[in-house]
Amino acid sequence: MSERGKINLIIFQTLIFSLLFALFGRLFYLQVLDSGRYQDAALSIQSRDIVTPAVRGAITDIHGSPLVVDLPGLVVFADRSTLDKQEDKGVSVLSRTANLFALEYSDIYQRTRLCGELPKDNRAGCWNGTRYQPIPLVGNANQDLALKVLENSDLYPGIQVQTVPIRSYPSLEGENVAHVLGYVGAVTDEDLKNPDKNYYRNEVVGKAGLEVKYDEFLRGTPGVRTFLVNRKEVVTKEAKNIKAIAGNNLITNIESKLQSSAERALSSAISRARASGYRGDSGAAIVMEIKTGRVLAMASYPTYDPAIWQRGLTVKQAKDLFSESKGVPALSRPIQGLYAPASTFKSISVLAAAKAGYSLSARYDCPATVDIGNRTYKNFGSKAAGRIPLDVGIAISCDSLWYQIAYDEWVRDGGLRPKSNPNDYFFKAARSFDIDKLTGVDLPSELKGRLPDRQWKQNWYESNKNFYCNYKQRAKKQDLTPYLIEIARENCIDGNKVRAGDAVNFSIGQGDTLITPLKLAEIYAAIGNKGTYYKPQIARAIVDPDGKVIKEFKPEIGGKVEAEKTTWDFLHRSLRMVVTQGTAAGVFSGFPVEVSGKTGTAQVFGRNPNGSAKDDTSWFAAYAPTNDPKYVVVIMVSQGGFGASTSGVAAKDVLATLFGVTGGRVDPEKVIFPSGVPNNIAKVDLMRAAKETKNEVGSGVKIGSVIVK
Amino acid sequence: MSQSIKYRSANRLSFSNFDNILNLAVIGLLAMGTLLVYAGTREWFRSYGLDPEYYLKRHSLNILIGVLLAYGTTLIDYRLLRAYTPVIWLVAVIGLILVLIPGVGSEINGARAWISLPGGFQIQPAELAKIAIIVGIAMILADRDRTDDDPADLDVLKALAIAAVPILLIVAQPDLGTVLIISAAVVAMIGASGARPIWVIGLLLLGVVGVFTAVKTGAVNEYQVARLQSFVDPSADPQATGYQLRQSRITIGSGGLLGKGLFEGPQTNGRFVPEQQTDFIFTVAGEELGFVGSSFILFLYFIIFVRAFAICKRSSDLFGRLVCIGVIAWFCFQTFENIGMAMGLMPMTGVPLPFLSYGGSSMFANLIGVGLLQNIYARSR
Repeated sequence: MSERGKINLIIFQTLIFSLLFALFGRLFYLQVLDSGRYQDAALSIQSRDIVTPAVRGAITDIHGSPLVVDLPGLVVFADRSTLDKQEDKGVSVLSRTANLFALEYSDIYQRTRLCGELPKDNRAGCWNGTRYQPIPLVGNANQDLALKVLENSDLYPGIQVQTVPIRSYPSLEGENVAHVLGYVGAVTDEDLKNPDKNYYRNEVVGKAGLEVKYDEFLRGTPGVRTFLVNRKEVVTKEAKNIKAIAGNNLITNIESKLQSSAERALSSAISRARASGYRGDSGAAIVMEIKTGRVLAMASYPTYDPAIWQRGLTVKQAKDLFSESKGVPALSRPIQGLYAPASTFKSISVLAAAKAGYSLSARYDCPATVDIGNRTYKNFGSKAAGRIPLDVGIAISCDSLWYQIAYDEWVRDGGLRPKSNPNDYFFKAARSFDIDKLTGVDLPSELKGRLPDRQWKQNWYESNKNFYCNYKQRAKKQDLTPYLIEIARENCIDGNKVRAGDAVNFSIGQGDTLITPLKLAEIYAAIGNKGTYYKPQIARAIVDPDGKVIKEFKPEIGGKVEAEKTTWDFLHRSLRMVVTQGTAAGVFSGFPVEVSGKTGTAQVFGRNPNGSAKDDTSWFAAYAPTNDPKYVVVIMVSQGGFGASTSGVAAKDVLATLFGVTGGRVDPEKVIFPSGVPNNIAKVDLMRAAKETKNEVGSGVKIGSVIVK
Repeated sequence: MSQSIKYRSANRLSFSNFDNILNLAVIGLLAMGTLLVYAGTREWFRSYGLDPEYYLKRHSLNILIGVLLAYGTTLIDYRLLRAYTPVIWLVAVIGLILVLIPGVGSEINGARAWISLPGGFQIQPAELAKIAIIVGIAMILADRDRTDDDPADLDVLKALAIAAVPILLIVAQPDLGTVLIISAAVVAMIGASGARPIWVIGLLLLGVVGVFTAVKTGAVNEYQVARLQSFVDPSADPQATGYQLRQSRITIGSGGLLGKGLFEGPQTNGRFVPEQQTDFIFTVAGEELGFVGSSFILFLYFIIFVRAFAICKRSSDLFGRLVCIGVIAWFCFQTFENIGMAMGLMPMTGVPLPFLSYGGSSMFANLIGVGLLQNIYARSR
């Protein structure tokens, strides 16, 4: 071989072994250095997780009787990922399904669209999950119809029928509790992204009310079976099988009978208001234990059937929930409705007056009108009552005596040129009740009240002065009345000042002051308890499926209102007089339990959608028994007219249930809490619910750890 | 000098005449290949209710035939093989022409490379062409009066002509992988023959330009272009080739140090990598035998090349040496192309892995190649 040939051979040899070495190096990199990454990738290629949602925990009343419980039911689902692959995008299958279950096709169509697929203004009922989650079309489906789907699966590709645990509302005492319980729904993409929650795609999660507040306890741990599949998605092996762990049960402070009674009382209050010619669009009813803050009942009107979410909300139902003309049933009035407290606020004014040094035993003039500046302020009903003791003034709810006190205090504080350190007795009294703070009730989306003090005025002015200083250009045509133009001019000039009118209105709970019914319940709990009040609490305890207590919710002090004992005593006497000889005397005449309370009839500015002026807000806040206040009851009816006749009667109805009053006497058998609100945690009893609900359960169906035969 | 060579008769050859280290390395690869083919097809066939041992049996039969062919190759003195070379070459070229005729050749994975025979057997003439070209070029370049002469340019041209006909026919299939392997062997042989360096450099440049223009002008069909592009950018063609390359890499990487164990690879059993008994057989080794098993396979190839070079040096004549070089280049480039592709180092071209992949023609050709090496070994000194 020539020299050149030999050199070439060496080069060639080097090349050959370099290639082999390159392969070795790459192999080392793939299988040793970077193997972890590829093992993860391989696992995600091969494994498929089948997630079985855990049986969700029940929510029970204070006795352990379920308000909502998971029961097995047949659910018809649509699978978008399959339907989309069909030639007509699933149109024929969906319309066939609609026909079978007697549903509107347009409705089913809308509900199987992802929210993002629909125009912004027409999303009611849309699916807020993803294409890959089964979309429930019919909850609690009729067995025969569901069987038709199963038997003719070739006619219904992409439609599945499964027996799944569904939220069921046994309503054993006729209670509704929709707003407190809330509802559950499909996991959204945002939920899935939440690293703290570890949700799975096909899980159901709390969306509102207690369901979302205590979701982490109720949810349980979904079961995960991991299968290894081949390229054709055929299962080759089961790799993991982690059984689902049922969610814990939530025992609340709600008492079903009382809740049911509060709902009925509220609903008849609304009917009464409407019968008297008022609009009566909505309302709230609350019963709370004074010395613990336990919420024993909480009702909101209008309400809805909480099971509609489970049956598959129709588009109409979804629209109705937020429809103005239906009174926005989705809104929970006790915690989300904001209203002027009106005369119920006078209890706070009593504290302010006492602090300011006004004698509680003196007589005060209660004229028909009071002129302040260039404006005339009328007493309620424009009637004069002469010079009367202050407690009588409370009992008959005289406004004009407060106008004078509030005006005098306003002047003393410097009027339109306020002192650098004004006394602000009224604002301070209101502040001591935290009326512009949340009660902290264990429900989501609570709204704060509004305390229109000097700082609030300043803030308000800064954000609104442009509007009022250019009122003629900016206001709507129908708002260009001379009166409103004059108000705008005043607002432009000194809208940042607390004016005499503001101070006067504030003293009788009108003007810009707003509170929620639950806040008023807290205020009257504080009054009943002479200062100390407790945070409203719905949840009582979390117990696991075996009954072990996981977490107990102990009463928490919400705050303490400071006042002289004589002031409290005076206020208690006055509030009793409201019921014995004042505005609520007629309503409570002959009632065998001593009740104290205060009516409120708030003027509301603004107009209804049909253009009519808004009717007054009707309030009644009560506590009982008078001598040892245990319970506070607050009723509010928006556009309900007078406090006593609309809300007072409802309060009396609720108190009657609470104290077992029938036919003018107390029936000890019927008292809701014969020995007070129980302090021990009840045992959860799901059996009765399972037996009495209408789910088409077969025999021997397993519910949580309870077998129903 | 040629007169002094004493031609040994065929019947005297026995194992003691062969390079048994080479034999052991080849047998080792054949045994591992048999297991890997079985592991790669067992679950797949079982899932269809077919005979899980189907591929195992066919593969074993291929090996048996291949070993007989290899032994047959050793029977005739390699220097006499020259006489048969034109015949082998002609048969290969006719085969390569036949595959291009519709109805005779069958198209698999975009390449017209197979002739279907009765009984479900298929023949790939390109494999036979590899041997014909190697022996043919060795014959032309070695056919000189003195062995230490460098070949004349005319000889090189003749050699290129011998190679060009089958290569162009394979380009027409098109089977770019085989073209590249044969071209590499040709360049290596011309280089080792002592021809002027300009030939080697020129041929390498021609290769680069050739591949480039082939892709640009569309002489290579879309299928081939997609394969090349998916190598450059695996997301360009996620459904087909990019998918295969990614799966292949994941499968090998997931094997880790020790592997999932023979028959236990979930990627293999789930058949996430297509063609895993043929072009992607190395993924089975990677997943189930891990780094330890896979590098043992590389080690066996290393032994084969070490022994092949030793045979090359031992050979007393240029013809033997050039055949050796050709066979080494062929085995090595094919191995590198195949394993490199499985690990994402090389673009995807469907070439089988020598001694491991399922496939009769390739198995026969590889073993005949080994037969050539042993023939040279046995008859040197």
